[in-house]
Amino acid sequence: MSALRQIAFYGKGGIGKSTTSQNTIAALAEMGQRVMIVGCDPKADSTRLILNAKAQQTVLQMAADAGSVEDLELEDVLRVGQGGVACVESGGPEPGVGCAGRGVITSINFLEENGAYEDQDYIVYDVLGDVVCGGFAMPIRENKAQEIYIVMSGEMMALYAANNISRGILKYATTGSVRLGGLICNSRQTDLEIELAEAMAAKLGTTLIHFVPRDNIVQHAELRRQTVIQYDPESKQANEYRTLAKNIHENKGNGVIPTPISMDELEEMLMEFGILKSDEEMIAELEAKEAAQKEALEVA
Amino acid sequence: MSLDYENDREFHEQVIEDVLETYPEKTRKRRKKHLNVVSEGDSDCGVKSNIKSMPGVMTVRGCAYAGSKGVVWGPIKDMVHISHGPVGCGHYSWGQRRNYYTGETGINTFAAMQFTSDFQERDIVFGGDKKLRELIDEIETLFPLTKGVTIQSECPVGLIGDDIEAVAKDKGKALDKPVVPVRCEGFRGVSQSLGHHIANDTIRDWIFDREKPSDLEDPDAGFEPSPYDVVVIGDYNIGGDCWASRKILEEVGLRVIAQWTGDTSLAELERAPKAKLNLIHCYRSMNYISRHMEEKYGTPWMEFNFFGPSKIETSLRAIAENFDDTIKENVEKVIAKYRPLADEVIEKYRPRLEGKKVMLYVGGLRPRHMVSAYEDLGMEIVGAGYEFAHKDDYQRTMSHVKDGTLIFDDVTAYEMEKFIERIRPDLVGSGIKEKYPIQKMGVPFRQVHSWDYSGPYHAYDGFAIFAKDMDLAINNPVWGKFKAPWVEA
Repeated sequence: MSALRQIAFYGKGGIGKSTTSQNTIAALAEMGQRVMIVGCDPKADSTRLILNAKAQQTVLQMAADAGSVEDLELEDVLRVGQGGVACVESGGPEPGVGCAGRGVITSINFLEENGAYEDQDYIVYDVLGDVVCGGFAMPIRENKAQEIYIVMSGEMMALYAANNISRGILKYATTGSVRLGGLICNSRQTDLEIELAEAMAAKLGTTLIHFVPRDNIVQHAELRRQTVIQYDPESKQANEYRTLAKNIHENKGNGVIPTPISMDELEEMLMEFGILKSDEEMIAELEAKEAAQKEALEVA
Repeated sequence: MSLDYENDREFHEQVIEDVLETYPEKTRKRRKKHLNVVSEGDSDCGVKSNIKSMPGVMTVRGCAYAGSKGVVWGPIKDMVHISHGPVGCGHYSWGQRRNYYTGETGINTFAAMQFTSDFQERDIVFGGDKKLRELIDEIETLFPLTKGVTIQSECPVGLIGDDIEAVAKDKGKALDKPVVPVRCEGFRGVSQSLGHHIANDTIRDWIFDREKPSDLEDPDAGFEPSPYDVVVIGDYNIGGDCWASRKILEEVGLRVIAQWTGDTSLAELERAPKAKLNLIHCYRSMNYISRHMEEKYGTPWMEFNFFGPSKIETSLRAIAENFDDTIKENVEKVIAKYRPLADEVIEKYRPRLEGKKVMLYVGGLRPRHMVSAYEDLGMEIVGAGYEFAHKDDYQRTMSHVKDGTLIFDDVTAYEMEKFIERIRPDLVGSGIKEKYPIQKMGVPFRQVHSWDYSGPYHAYDGFAIFAKDMDLAINNPVWGKFKAPWVEA
């Protein structure tokens, strides 16, 4: 048995982390890897495409029902999905109450203490959009995930998020073994997207692991609660995910300590790519707009 | 009577310097600002106060929860005060203050009981509001005669952002009783002092400003105002203090319509704005609400001091200034009546206590308020310090202490030990945390937070007990047997 690899997917909310991670996991399973997903999002939707159903039972809900997490057995929370992938959802409170971060800590500790990670090749953490507090940084602390893959796109906010997550990794990289595995660009078909993604990767001192093109087949599969690998294994998109899985598999040990950049530097880069306008450009644009409005008023 | 003495300025300055010497530079610089020797005529004691304690040195300060639950809200006996959060804070604050009260436990008083929401991990993760609702319902079922509920927040409640205000509003409406959410999470502020302030503010917002259902009968409808209505504020009835004070106030013809918050009830909280004058004993913990009552209801307030006959007489005369001649005459009669009793106490104990040096380290009031009681017995205050006083307390202190008195703010365990070692006072008055180490140093000690299982110390009744207790502490023969028999005396 090869050494256990623990990886985590982070990225801006809504970027397609769960979709990308589950398709990649399906491809890894196809390669014969034994994989376990640990969903670290109170929405509990990190395993839906693998299980072909939304997991109703989360670690935290069951623990709350039973009294405490000590009252649970591993079998209670572990479910096996497509390709033999083991699935656990941490779960958490409904939005606006309680402490979801503490929930992540509780459930990861439970899994480790109960030997959930034995007989696996991969543990994959799928974490909520932003690292808002210490709880959501749990997977990158204390020798849990060794490699972090950031799912991003050519959109400005996704790049901001990627840079911020890198700062989080940097913080824990010095005290533990966590490294940045690389960027995964989930295409939004923005201008110069691949170039921007590569430039961002270079700035962060890492590489673009794969550029996943946009394809509606992903939505079709998702509507059926399936990965593309399951829904249409012959499709071009399925092969994209296979490539991504292969790249991640071969990326073992190549993780780096990221070099996040300052806000100014990031904005400069965005301006170079024409995504963000300079102050002068914005002022010129605003003036042109006002002039046009004034003209329109005068005509009226 | 005012005792005439001064303290050894040069020696005290040297002691401060020597104590600071031990610290690393940064600590020395910061702690230096909290230690001083006072000079007569200064406007305040010249120390920094109400700022964060230094890490690495022991402080005996409490937290905001202690200030609200333990001090201000806790003694209100016909309400239930929920320790909202994990069980520890509730358990360790259970019955910790000797605020005496009368009543039938479970019927009209609940002070002996401890209610907690006993947070578990799931309450942290999923939020504790639901449990809080259930708890309030349980209280209502088990003890339907409770007059209201307060929610004393422990740290986690603030960390996870529970909406206790929403629960309080709902439940208050459903039960037709005040349900008061108190945001006194322990991590807020630098000491228990902020907890006092937060508790004062919640009395204002959730008791005074409570919207009562219009069809509800005013329980105080039969209240007939008198020109002599006063409220005693900031007396927590430690060992029965407030009862002793109340007795004299009533004897001079005043009507105490409420006492805050020792041995008090919700009705007394609600009735307070009807007073003609608010009399504050502990300024530090309740000046906030007194100022509010002055602004909103036009009730004037004044500080008074019932420690020792000198201050009792001064205070009574000052109080009388606010009333008509009847009260003024009564005050003179009461003073004349009790002076022989006080003189008798002084005559008995002064010869045994004359010239003894006292060091005080208490909360936010007593290091100044008690000075005169000691001086009435011929004792001298060499040093005084506060745990959580503010600048205005140190200003007020100046008129009580003599030139050359050592002043220490938020003193560290090390400083305290060194001060005692060097100055060797005849008596130290402080709290339970200081008591045993200091007695082991061979120095007589009295607890002056809790009166060491004794009391009351307020008013004339209290003075006699105070004098006896100080004598017992200082002249206990045990101090003469401090050296081991095989050590040469």
